Amino acid sequence: MKNEMRKINHHLSDALLMGYAAGTLPEAFNLVVATHISLCDECRARLGAFEAVGGAVLEDVGATDMSSTLSDVFDIIDADKDQVRSQPTKVKSDIFPDALRDYVGGDLDSVKWRSVGMGVKQAILPTSRSASVRLLHIPAGGKMPDHGHRGTELTLVLQGAFKDEEDRFGRGDIEIATEADHHTPIAEEGQACICLAATDAPLKFNGVIARIAQKFAQI
Amino acid sequence: MLNDSETIEAPTNLPIVAEAARSAFVKKTVRKRRAVSASMTEDNKWTDCMARVKSSQDREAFAELFDYFGPRVKAFLMKSGSSMSMAEECTQDVMVTLWRKAHMFDASRASVSTWIFTIARNRRIDLIRKERRPEPDELTWGPEAEPEQSEVLGLQQESEQLVAAIAELPEKQRELIQKAYFGDLTHSEIAEQTGLPLGTIKSRIRLALERLRHAMK
Repeated sequence: MKNEMRKINHHLSDALLMGYAAGTLPEAFNLVVATHISLCDECRARLGAFEAVGGAVLEDVGATDMSSTLSDVFDIIDADKDQVRSQPTKVKSDIFPDALRDYVGGDLDSVKWRSVGMGVKQAILPTSRSASVRLLHIPAGGKMPDHGHRGTELTLVLQGAFKDEEDRFGRGDIEIATEADHHTPIAEEGQACICLAATDAPLKFNGVIARIAQKFAQI
Repeated sequence: MLNDSETIEAPTNLPIVAEAARSAFVKKTVRKRRAVSASMTEDNKWTDCMARVKSSQDREAFAELFDYFGPRVKAFLMKSGSSMSMAEECTQDVMVTLWRKAHMFDASRASVSTWIFTIARNRRIDLIRKERRPEPDELTWGPEAEPEQSEVLGLQQESEQLVAAIAELPEKQRELIQKAYFGDLTHSEIAEQTGLPLGTIKSRIRLALERLRHAMK
């Protein structure tokens, strides 16, 4: 990842961070949270605090006798010693953090876009079905796709920016919308806006493209 | 809520859980500070064991970690809904991961129990929920980025105070927090659970990240 951190103005909520720390969010939300944290040290530190609560719970939970022994564990360790030192290798400065690259199979140029009309393109990423996540490509100046007005929708900007009546969302910023939010954000002029958007409401599709997209979504 | 303030002030409009956590935390903080500086603490011991596993693959140090944390990880997984056999298998896996990833442990950003919790959580999602777990990109380490001892000690103190604060919560509220971490609350139910006294530990981790970012330049 890039060493420099852009100033991020819109962050994760405590509830999302706690859910991510506890491991109870749907996979699609986990992907958006992990991608945001890759870009945001403030939320990385807040996550560390919520994980510390998990550590405290672990210390407080009591103890259950194990049937396997220390030597069982050393047998596993000694059977595959090559794995001892797998250092992370990060030399890139891409648009997608690694967490997202793993789902796309590469960076921005590897995305298999499908047009959904009005110049907007999307690519649904394979996750468990309790929530869904997709990449969105909105042309500069274009209207953002409408929120489903059901459930929670997380929208993380990866390139370009979008604006609504009150705020601007640039790279790394995350918008957390619930059914109460009714607004129509617009992509900023100059550069196409690329976002990672997750929702726990079912996506709605219409027409021919819909059937293709639906099929794709059922991976 | 999380804030950067080093002093903990009781806000007026937070849920009851938050209030209780806060007052328990403040009380305990005062008492704990003396104890921590007086003797080698439990946390200190585990951090030392991890350092030995990390630097010289010390099997005795690993044995101590295994004896203490193995049964706790197993209990945690069973409380999280795993069967006895699944919890056993998963705990073995957690211990193997602890050994293999010891070089990634950063004592200025997490206590040993916190780090082991994150490994257990991830193995639970992987082995039991059969889902992938997207993780934030790792920050790379250079030899020059080894944490300062004072940072490590500071983080340990904050972690112990947090353990104490949670242990002192009224039974009902403590159960609620445990339920959240055992996976018994949905993410919308968790919304009620914010307000733990996490501002100071967050500030510590934030400083460690800044040092790391600086060293990476």
